[in-house]
Amino acid sequence: MATKKKTIRNIPQERTPMRERDPKERAKNFEEVACGYGLEDALRESERCMLCPDEPCIAGCPVGINIPGFIQKISENKFRDAYDILTDTNLLPSICGRVCPQENQCEGVCTVGDSLEPVAIGRLERFVGDTAIKEGWINIPYIEPNRHRVGIVGSGPAGMACAADMAKAGCDVTVYEAFHQPGGVLRYGIPDFRLPNEVIDAEINNLKKLGVKFECNTLVGRLFTIEQMIDEMGYHAVFVGVGAGYPTMLGIPGDSLNGVLSANELLTRCNLMRAKDFPDFDTPMPPARHVAVVGAGNTAMDAMRVSLRLGAENVYCIYRRSRKEAPARAEEIHHAEQEGIQFNWLTNPVSVLDDGKGNVRGMRCIRMELGEPDDSGRRRPVPIAGSEFDFETDLIVYAIGTNANPIMGQTSKLKLNKWGYIGTDEQLATSVAGVFAGGDIVTGAATVIEAMGAGRKAARSMKAYLGIRDPGLPYVGVGGPGTLFGIDIKEKNFARVRIA
Amino acid sequence: MVYRMSSFEIIKREDFSDVTYLLEVRHPMMAKAAKPGQFVIVMLNEHGERIPLTIADFDRKEGTITLVIQAVGKTTKEMQRECRVGTSLYAMVGPMGIPSPISHAKKVVCVGGGLGVAPVYPQARAFKEAGAYVIGVLGFRNKGLVFWEDKFRACCDEFIVCTDDGSAGIKGLVTEGIKLAISKHADIDEVIAIGPPIMMKGCAETTRPHAIKTMVSLNPVMVDGTGMCGGCRVKLGDQVKFACVDGPDFDGHLVDFDDLMTRLRRYTKAERIALERWEANCRMQQQIDAASASLGVSASTVKA
Repeated sequence: MATKKKTIRNIPQERTPMRERDPKERAKNFEEVACGYGLEDALRESERCMLCPDEPCIAGCPVGINIPGFIQKISENKFRDAYDILTDTNLLPSICGRVCPQENQCEGVCTVGDSLEPVAIGRLERFVGDTAIKEGWINIPYIEPNRHRVGIVGSGPAGMACAADMAKAGCDVTVYEAFHQPGGVLRYGIPDFRLPNEVIDAEINNLKKLGVKFECNTLVGRLFTIEQMIDEMGYHAVFVGVGAGYPTMLGIPGDSLNGVLSANELLTRCNLMRAKDFPDFDTPMPPARHVAVVGAGNTAMDAMRVSLRLGAENVYCIYRRSRKEAPARAEEIHHAEQEGIQFNWLTNPVSVLDDGKGNVRGMRCIRMELGEPDDSGRRRPVPIAGSEFDFETDLIVYAIGTNANPIMGQTSKLKLNKWGYIGTDEQLATSVAGVFAGGDIVTGAATVIEAMGAGRKAARSMKAYLGIRDPGLPYVGVGGPGTLFGIDIKEKNFARVRIA
Repeated sequence: MVYRMSSFEIIKREDFSDVTYLLEVRHPMMAKAAKPGQFVIVMLNEHGERIPLTIADFDRKEGTITLVIQAVGKTTKEMQRECRVGTSLYAMVGPMGIPSPISHAKKVVCVGGGLGVAPVYPQARAFKEAGAYVIGVLGFRNKGLVFWEDKFRACCDEFIVCTDDGSAGIKGLVTEGIKLAISKHADIDEVIAIGPPIMMKGCAETTRPHAIKTMVSLNPVMVDGTGMCGGCRVKLGDQVKFACVDGPDFDGHLVDFDDLMTRLRRYTKAERIALERWEANCRMQQQIDAASASLGVSASTVKA
C-alpha cells in the first residue's frame, strides 16, 4: 500500500517536545538536562519530515548526513537501518545530536521550518545514536588492512572523525592525546549535563573496535615532533587536530587577580579533573557566591551553568552585544535562562576590582548601545558615556575565545598563518608533505561538527595522498554520476561508449 | 574506564630527608626527548590532581626521568607514602615547556634553593658541557637537608653551600653566596636561579644593580600544562605569559614576583582541606591496621 503523500497540512503541526529535567532541580547537579526522545516521541517527530525532494538539510549539514533517509527509517520502525545510514557519514551521532548548533545548520534550512517549527533533526539523531549505545550496535565494515600507518595528534572531534575514516580505509591508526583521557574538548570542555561521559566512552570504544589505538599522556611536539613521526616513527601520514586552546584574557586592569580565570580552566577543573567531587578528587574549584562570566558563546553558557551547579547564588552573563548577536546555541541560552542565569546584554567590563589582598571583590562595567554594523556584519557595540557601574562578584570567568596554541609552531616546521594557526591548502594539506591539519588549529574556534567535517575532509586528502581508493564510495570519476568508469550505467552496448 | 599510555614505573627511590625524596620513573621516550629546564605533569592516581614537577635529571641510556619532590601538600605527601620501587604513577606527561636556553656564557652562577637544587643541576651540567666556568650556589635550611653535593662538585668549578644556621658552608641565604661569587668574579655573564619565588626574587634583586642577566624558572599552579587553561599566567613587565608554553624560564628582572606569589595562594584553603582530610584518613587506616593486627587478622583482609 502506498503511503499517502505528506504535505505541510497533514504532518503533525507541533514540534515534539523533549523532556527536560526541572530547572530548579537540575541546577543543583550534573545530571543530563535534556532527557532525549522516547520511542513514541521519535516516531511522531519522524512523521513531520515531508521527505521533500530538494533535501536542503543535507546541504546544511557540514558532513552531509542523509537526513531524510535516516528519518524515514525511523518512521518505518527500522532503527538499525537508521543507525546504518547515520554512521555512513557521521560516526558520532550521540554526540552531534547533543552539541551541534542545528538551528544554524540542518534545521535552519528545513522545508518544514518555512511555515512551522522545523523537524527536530538533532533530537532524532541523538535518539538513534543513544539507541545504538543501549543496544550495543556498531558498524564494523569489512576492513582490508593495508600497509599504511597513520598518526593522529589530538583526540578531539577532528581527530576522532579522521581516525574513523582512516581505520575504515584499512590503515593502522594511532591517536595521541596529551591529557590522561581521550576525547579532547568533548571531555574537558563540554560538561556532563550536556554530554555525559558515558556517551564519549561509548563512541571511543566504537573507534577502538575499528582498530584505532589511543595513546594518552603524550604531548606531541615535545615528546616527539611531527617530523619525527614521519622520519623516524614510520608514519606515512599525520593529521594534526590539536584545537585552538590558548585562552584570551581581556587585558583590563585586575586581570591577574585571584578569582579571574579562563572558562577553559574552570571547565577542565570541573569536567576532566572532577573538581565538583572535591575532596574525593584532589583538584579543587572553590565555590563562589557571585560569579560573572564574560562572553555569550556555548563555552560561556557551560561555564555559567557549571558555576551554578557548584553552588553559586548569583551567576551573571556579561556580554557587550545584544541577545540577537550571542553566538551560543539557542537551546543553551534558553536552558541557562530557565536555570536562573542573569543576563546583562550590552554590558562591557571595564576593570576588575580587588579587595586589597589580591582577590577579586567586584567588577566595573559600562553599558553599551548598538551602532553601525562592523566587519562581521553584526552591529558594533559602542559605550554609553558615564554609564559605568560596579557590582559585587568573587569569581570572574573569561569565555571570550581562544588563540592558536603555540606548541606546534614552536616544535615543527609547519607554516603558520599570521594569526598563528596552521596554514593549509584547500585539501587541508600543510606545508610538510604527508602532514594534514584540520579543526580549530586551522580555522580558529568553531563547532564540534565543523571539526569533524574537517577531520573527514583531511581523511579524504590523506587517502588520496597515500593512494588508497575508498571502497566505500562508488567510483564516479570521468562522466559524472550515473556512470561507471565513464560509461553510462544504462548503456547496453559498452563498446559504443568512449571514455573522454 | 582507564586509558594509559604505558605504566610509569618507579624504579628507584631515595629519601634525602623527612620531606625531600627522589623518584626515578621509567619512560625511555621522555628520557630521550628531555632537555634541561623542562618539566612533567604527574598524576598519582585516577583521583589525583595534575602537579607540575621540574625534571631534575634524565638518563638517556637507562631510560629514566628523575624527579625530586618536597612533601608539602596532600598530593606530594601521598606520593611520599605510596610511591615505592615497583609501583607506578597513574600519569606522567612531558617533557613540557621550552628547554632552558644554554647560552654561550663563559662564566655562570647556578643557584638552587631548597627544592630548586634538583632542577638547576641539569643546567649546571649542560653549561659545563658547553665549556662554561660554572659556579654552583646551593642553599638549604641546615646541614641535614643537604643533598647532591657530590653531583654538583663534579660539574662545578666553584661550589658554595649556604645554610640558614651555618651548619654547613657559609651562613646565610643564597643571595649571600651570589654576592660572594660576584665579589670574586667581575665577569659573570649569567645567573640561573631556581627555587621558591621569594628566593628567586631575592636573587633577581641581588643581580639587578650589577646588570647580570638572571634567568628564573617559574612553577605556578597548572592544570593541563599545554597552554590551554591559562592558570599559570605570569606578569612579565607589561606582558602576560603562560609559564607552561612560553616558559618556564623567564628573565628574572622582568618577572612580577609579588603577582606570582599572590597567585600561588589561590587554592590555599582547598589545599588545606584536602590535606587535613587525607591525614585524618591515614590516621584511621593506621588505627584499623593496629586493631586488625591485635586481632590477628591481616590488614589486607580487612581492607578487602
